Amino acid sequence: MLKWVRKGLRAGIKTTGYPHTRESAPGISPGRPAAMLCDGPQEAGAVAGRCPTGALSNQGNMIRVDHRRCVHCGRCRQDHEHAMAWEGGYEWAGGRKAPGEMAAAFSRSLHIRILDAGACGACLSEIKQISSPYYNIHRLGFFITPTPRTADVLLVAGPLTDPMRLPLERCYAAMPDPKRVVAVGACAVSGGIFGPSFAAAAGISQCVPVDIEIPGCPPPPLALLHALLMVAGKTKQT
Amino acid sequence: MGPTLNNVLKFTDLPRMVASRWGDSLEIKIDQERQLIQITCDPEVLQDLCQWLFYRQGYSLATLIAEEAPPEWVMRYILYGDTGNGQVHVLTRFPLSRTKVPSISPAIHAADWQEREIEDLFGLSFEGHPKLGDFILHEDWPEGASPMRTAFDASRLHPRQESGPPWRPEMIVKTPGAFMMPVGPVYSDTAESAHFLLETVGEDVVRTIPKFFYKYRGVEKIAEGMPADHALLLAERFSGSSAFAHSLAFCQALEAICKIQAPPRARALRVLLAEMERLRHHTAAVAGICSSTALAVAASQTSIIEEDLLRLTCRLAGHRYFFGLNTPGGLARDLPDGECKKASEAAWIVLDKLKELHEMLRFTSSFLDRLEEVGSVSRKKAVAYGLVGPVARASGVSRDLRVAQPYAGYGQQTKFQVPREAEGDGYARLRVLFAEAEQSVNLIHQVASTLPAGPVRTAAAPTEGCALGWAEAPRGAAFHWLRTDGSGNIRRYRVMPPSFVNWHGFHLAAEEFAFQDFPIIMATFGLSNAECDR
Repeated sequence: MLKWVRKGLRAGIKTTGYPHTRESAPGISPGRPAAMLCDGPQEAGAVAGRCPTGALSNQGNMIRVDHRRCVHCGRCRQDHEHAMAWEGGYEWAGGRKAPGEMAAAFSRSLHIRILDAGACGACLSEIKQISSPYYNIHRLGFFITPTPRTADVLLVAGPLTDPMRLPLERCYAAMPDPKRVVAVGACAVSGGIFGPSFAAAAGISQCVPVDIEIPGCPPPPLALLHALLMVAGKTKQT
Repeated sequence: MGPTLNNVLKFTDLPRMVASRWGDSLEIKIDQERQLIQITCDPEVLQDLCQWLFYRQGYSLATLIAEEAPPEWVMRYILYGDTGNGQVHVLTRFPLSRTKVPSISPAIHAADWQEREIEDLFGLSFEGHPKLGDFILHEDWPEGASPMRTAFDASRLHPRQESGPPWRPEMIVKTPGAFMMPVGPVYSDTAESAHFLLETVGEDVVRTIPKFFYKYRGVEKIAEGMPADHALLLAERFSGSSAFAHSLAFCQALEAICKIQAPPRARALRVLLAEMERLRHHTAAVAGICSSTALAVAASQTSIIEEDLLRLTCRLAGHRYFFGLNTPGGLARDLPDGECKKASEAAWIVLDKLKELHEMLRFTSSFLDRLEEVGSVSRKKAVAYGLVGPVARASGVSRDLRVAQPYAGYGQQTKFQVPREAEGDGYARLRVLFAEAEQSVNLIHQVASTLPAGPVRTAAAPTEGCALGWAEAPRGAAFHWLRTDGSGNIRRYRVMPPSFVNWHGFHLAAEEFAFQDFPIIMATFGLSNAECDR
């Protein structure tokens, strides 16, 4: 077993400095389209029309982005004259409630419960990464807990498939107050490309009250960290 | 890796052999270019014919497709052979009013779950199938409503019915103390939603009864009527951990319908990207196995490699999970030669790290104790269940679509081996993962150093037609069958992912082993419920 200890020590510290310093390693985020001013309303309409999920819309020359619907397909920036500009970054989490309502219920550690409501695997893979050495949520006092009875935060990914409605309701009901629900990814936020349909809802807010939404398909690990920091009152709410 | 003389003889001989056996009850069409034999037969000879192809001629079952084509049903059974043996599509037709189909699963067990799926979603009943009933749709789904029928409205939630207590199977162990242990659908970590009933006497798991499709999003149904471009988003995102392989299979089906081929540069880049996805998937699978055995340092170190690969992918392809790259006719954008070379160099470094890790794991006895001779699947069972991918290759079945049915840039230009192990236990599956990761790095290097110049996209005009697309996804063979109408919209979409096939055989590995081995066996199978449930 000693060889494993040595290997761990040899690998050194990989962990990001976020939130104390900004993380700028390449490849940590796919980026996303940013609101843009076009030359004319026709160009703006043409660019917005390329979006298959209706995340882009134009008002005159201005193209707006509804990040809740964006699935990073990249079609708005591909080999066209008027390509959308994309921004980097990862602080994507946003509150669904007024800042007063979210008043710091938690200021120290958080216990997190994860629920898969029909996620494709990419969101879950990013959630898995937050406990790995690169992101290591433990240093921030965040822990994944196996039971809803001791959970403060419920992280839910997926559009909410019908058979997962009951498990989600029960899981939420089993959590003690105060509690927070975080919708992870475009599917959980808006139904994404799957809902609403005969098999899935238009996001988890149709079943449980959502406090924080993280758009993205999938949101990168740092966006998840951003949301958790927001719950813990350690970052300003956007 | 071209077809050998024997194989060529077999493919061209097959129609004659079929005709001499079943004579007038069928009609045979041969498509030399696509290496495809289409046999239309009476429902009565279906089982015989499929059994003969499967067991006597060594064809594997790709998928079953039910299609509503008024005034009749068309059932399509797709089988594929080894290198040079092409595909056989067996078709049978009967009037829409008829709801009974002869089952082939008494002869070919690999068709078992596929027939159950069609029964549940189309309302067709398979005569001779031993176990039909709730499968994809759970107890609260009203009887008689068949979501895959064309008339069904898929746009809104279907009213559910009151359901009694959940179904419980009859217990086969009658000794005192025997009990049925429910596991899932919600787990304690990031595991996907799925439910198992484990019949146990306290230590050994006697029987594993899975209840899946908690994540059924009805992808095949909601794709209907969509423009192909939009349905591509579904193909890419129903299983995010193998997005590139599935979007590739989908695009290749469309390309076959439009009778176009992606340019050589796109075909080469598709190999590079598909192998990078395999490398990342296998790394993640190894991390999963390490963490299932509570080997924390190994799990952490492997997940560092996984994140390195995710970042590498993002730098190269613009997305950590390859979303938005495949497009009908090629790739959505070109990747610079320099970046591909850099990626290939980074892949070598990853391989060195994986090799070091493998070497350390090989000499960690507490780890090996949990894997060796645990969760074994025999070769015979693997063939009968039609298992695919690394799971099948660890049980001595070396079929790999990259070799058996070459696509994209696989074939003559690229050289690689298909690793195979004989034991069929958890350790064999781990060794196959490591060996395949090494082959993937070799392939990435080969492609990156011989990238042809030129465009990466051929224009595709919407056409009416149907075709099969396939790819060897990280978890095994993936098939996407499409029918489009004149304006290029999807009329019928069928996906057969490797996880669906391998979950069917999972109980073989989990039964007769100790309770605490269950999560480890699950990890060595490395399957995805999102991919299975669709």
